[in-house]
Order: sequence, then structure tokens, then C-alpha cells
Amino acid sequence: MCTTCGCGQGETRIEGEHEHEHVMPDGTVYRHVHTHGSDHAHEAHTHFHRHADGTVHEHAHVHDGEHAHDHPAAAHEHEHRHADGTVHSHGHAHDGEHGHSGAHDHHHHENGHAHEDLHYGLGAARAHAPGMSQSRMVEIERDILSQNDAYAARNRELLRERGVFTVNLVSSPGAGKTTLLVKTIDALRQSVPVCVIEGDQQTTMDADRIRATGAPAIQVNTGKGCHLDAAMVGRALDRLAPADGSLLMIENVGNLVCPAAFDLGEAYKVVVLSVTEGEDKPLKYPDMFHAAKLMLLNKIDLLPYLQFDVDRCLAYARRVNPDMAILPVSATTGEGMQTWLEWLVQGVREARADRAESVDALRRRVTELEAQIARLKDC
Amino acid sequence: MHEMALCESVLQIVAETARRHGAVRVKAVRLEIGQLSHVEPDALRFAFDVVTRHSLAQGARLEIEDVAGTAWCMQCAAPVAIARRGDGCPACGSYQLQVTGGDEMRVKDIEID
Repeated sequence: MCTTCGCGQGETRIEGEHEHEHVMPDGTVYRHVHTHGSDHAHEAHTHFHRHADGTVHEHAHVHDGEHAHDHPAAAHEHEHRHADGTVHSHGHAHDGEHGHSGAHDHHHHENGHAHEDLHYGLGAARAHAPGMSQSRMVEIERDILSQNDAYAARNRELLRERGVFTVNLVSSPGAGKTTLLVKTIDALRQSVPVCVIEGDQQTTMDADRIRATGAPAIQVNTGKGCHLDAAMVGRALDRLAPADGSLLMIENVGNLVCPAAFDLGEAYKVVVLSVTEGEDKPLKYPDMFHAAKLMLLNKIDLLPYLQFDVDRCLAYARRVNPDMAILPVSATTGEGMQTWLEWLVQGVREARADRAESVDALRRRVTELEAQIARLKDC
Repeated sequence: MHEMALCESVLQIVAETARRHGAVRVKAVRLEIGQLSHVEPDALRFAFDVVTRHSLAQGARLEIEDVAGTAWCMQCAAPVAIARRGDGCPACGSYQLQVTGGDEMRVKDIEID
């Protein structure tokens, strides 16, 4: 992980965003992207430096304003780990330019600091008594994915406000998600505005295929990442700005494992399984089939040429998720597509109704408040 | 390899808490991982070592507490234990099961200096 901005190595790219680079002292290069024109405050921006003697220190600082990376004279905190394992922390301010070239010239602290510099004195008894352990337990009790879930909640709220019905399409690579999407968009475009977020490790090929249909699409390249997360989708949403009452299709990275764990803020996950894969996939990758609301059994036009036991596949799928709806389809011949399209349109209708309801509720609230103000004025 | 991403989230939570408490070092991290969750403990341990390098939690002891999978069997109308999703009820063999526990992934607590 890039410790500068928290991005992964081989980094996420979202089309249209500007890319920049951090070079760490050990030569590792991290790239990350951001939009221009908006504030570019790097909160909780942490650096690590390795000194020639092998000691490592870490410091955090805040970038302010434009991309110039000027340091505000804000509290600039350092932590140094010395060769003897002790760590200390101190703060200072940098003035002026602070280029991210990796050629940081920080105070180098010699080993052999006086010991009083090394502790906060915040131990269990706030004591420094020799031999008394400074260790203490801190209870956290937080879900590991709480941060992703917070981003997902934000996305969900934004999509709800706009009455956008959002589907997260997941499958293994090659199950036919993109072809299915293209056919779906072609069939729906007259009645429902559709836009797409495309997740792939590399290339914009899929987004290009979607854009060829005329629907707006944003490609998110996850680099070495194996799934989309809610923060990536949030950034893509900023750029895509789906229309009120539209349908948003998110095509996740082809992977039946990791995307199961990451809520993106969608209404439902839809898993696509093609008959060219094994019928036992639902049992082999139960988490994904358990997380899905609907399973599309795709490429059924190929069944005559395959040894694929549909009944067994459906039984396995129901075993993992008794509540999941299952639809056999062929994106190529169009078989079963009508039911899929109706399912989507029903979702769009519900999302629009939900939005209308909340708009009505807001209007009623405004009327109430206005009446209240009027009453107060009369008093 | 989403264990890597999970570990990054763990480190974020741990580092944030440790800093707030003025810690200089994280000695141990205790996680609660359900048997039905999306996590492979061995992969998690490997990723934890990699991700915590050069952080406050470098070298911290990782303790993983297993939480057994439990479900409600509709047929038996009773709680039952299951080892993985897709398993049937150990009593009646039915797959009409509603998972009730064992899918959690939580940071429980940390030990800091």
C-alpha cells in the first residue's frame, strides 16, 4: 500500500482524473489520481522515511489547496523509530515548498536521545516508574469494512436522493457481463436513461464498448486491485452524475470472490453465471451467490453443445441462497431477456417512487415549518 | 487477495485509534473473524505483516478469534451450527437455513505502548 495517500501499488485510475506520482525514499513509485479544480487536501497524509542506518520514521502532514503541495505551517508530526526499538514523536512546521520527489531533507535525529524524549507518559497509570509497563488495551469493536461501508452508505444516499436504481453485476471473467450490458442498454434506452461504471484491472475497452451504445460510461481501472470498492464508485459517481430516475449498472471486476465483501451502495448484486462454467460454481464460491439478489444463468443458447446440468446448478444455487431469484438468459439470442428487462424496469420504478415520496415528505415538512414561522410571527 | 484490502482497513482503524490514544507502538491486534466471513485467516496473517510494515503496528502480534457459524433452520425451527455456506442442517439436512452468526469481521481491541 502506498503510505502517502493510502492508494494501492499499481493504483486505481478513473477516467478523466489527473494522475500524479509519489516517489518514496526506497525508490518505490506510487501513482494516484485526483481531479483538478477542486480542493486537493490530502488529509491524514503520512510519510515514512528510511534512513541510511535502517531506522524508519514516519510523519503526517496536511496538504492544502491546489496541487502545489505547499506545506501550511501546521502541526507536522514525526515519529522516529530508533535502532534500539524505541519510538518517539514530535511536531514541527515546514515552510514553503515540499516537493514529493522523495528527496525529503528532514531533521535527522541521532540515536541516543535522552529517554525523557521518548515517552508521552500516557501509560496505564500515566506513570514513568521504571519497570512498569506502558502497555494498555484499547477496545475498538469496529467492523473491518466500516470505512468502505461508510462510503457505500454515502453512495446509497446520493443514489436514493436522485431516484437512481443501481445494480452491481458480478461474475467470473468471461461470463458475458459486458455483452449482457450492451444488449440491456440497447433494449432499454428508449424508455430508461442508463449509465455504467466499468471496473477492470486495466484498459478502457469495456467502457468503450458501452459508450458505443451511446450510454455514458466511466471506466475504473483498479490496477492490481481485485474488486471495486465504495470509494472508487463514489469518485466515479462524481464524474458520471447519473440523471434523476435513471438506471446505473456497475460492472464489477471479473472475480467471484472479493466483490462479495464490498458493498458499493447498490440496491442489489446480480451474479452472472454462464453455462460454459461448471454447474458447481455456486457451491465453490458460496459467498458471492449468497450475497446476490438475482442470478442470471447466461449463454443458455450454448446448452445443446455442453454437458451442463441446469437443474443441478439451480439446486446448488438455491442451497447457498434459498431466497435468490434465478433467470436463464441468452444475451446473444435474446431468450429470457424480457424478464430481466422487466425486473430492471420494476427496480427503476420503485427507486423513482421512493424519491417522489421523500420529495413529498420534504415539501410537507417545509409547509409545516412555514406555518410554524407564521404562527410565531403572529404571537 | 482481498485480504490485503481488508488488512489495509484494519491498519487504518488500528492506526487511527492508536494515534488518538497517543500510542507510539501497537503491540497486538485482536480480530474477530467468523467462519462464514469472506476471510482466509492464513492469507490475512500474511497480508497483515506486509501491510503493517513501516507503520505503528509493525511487528504487532495478530490474534484472530474464530467465531463459529450458526444458522436458523426453518424445518427444525431451531438454531444449528454450520461450518460453511451451502452446508445443510446437521439435524434434518435441509438447506432452508438463515445464517445468524459467524459472518463478522471485526477489530476487537489493540494493545498499545
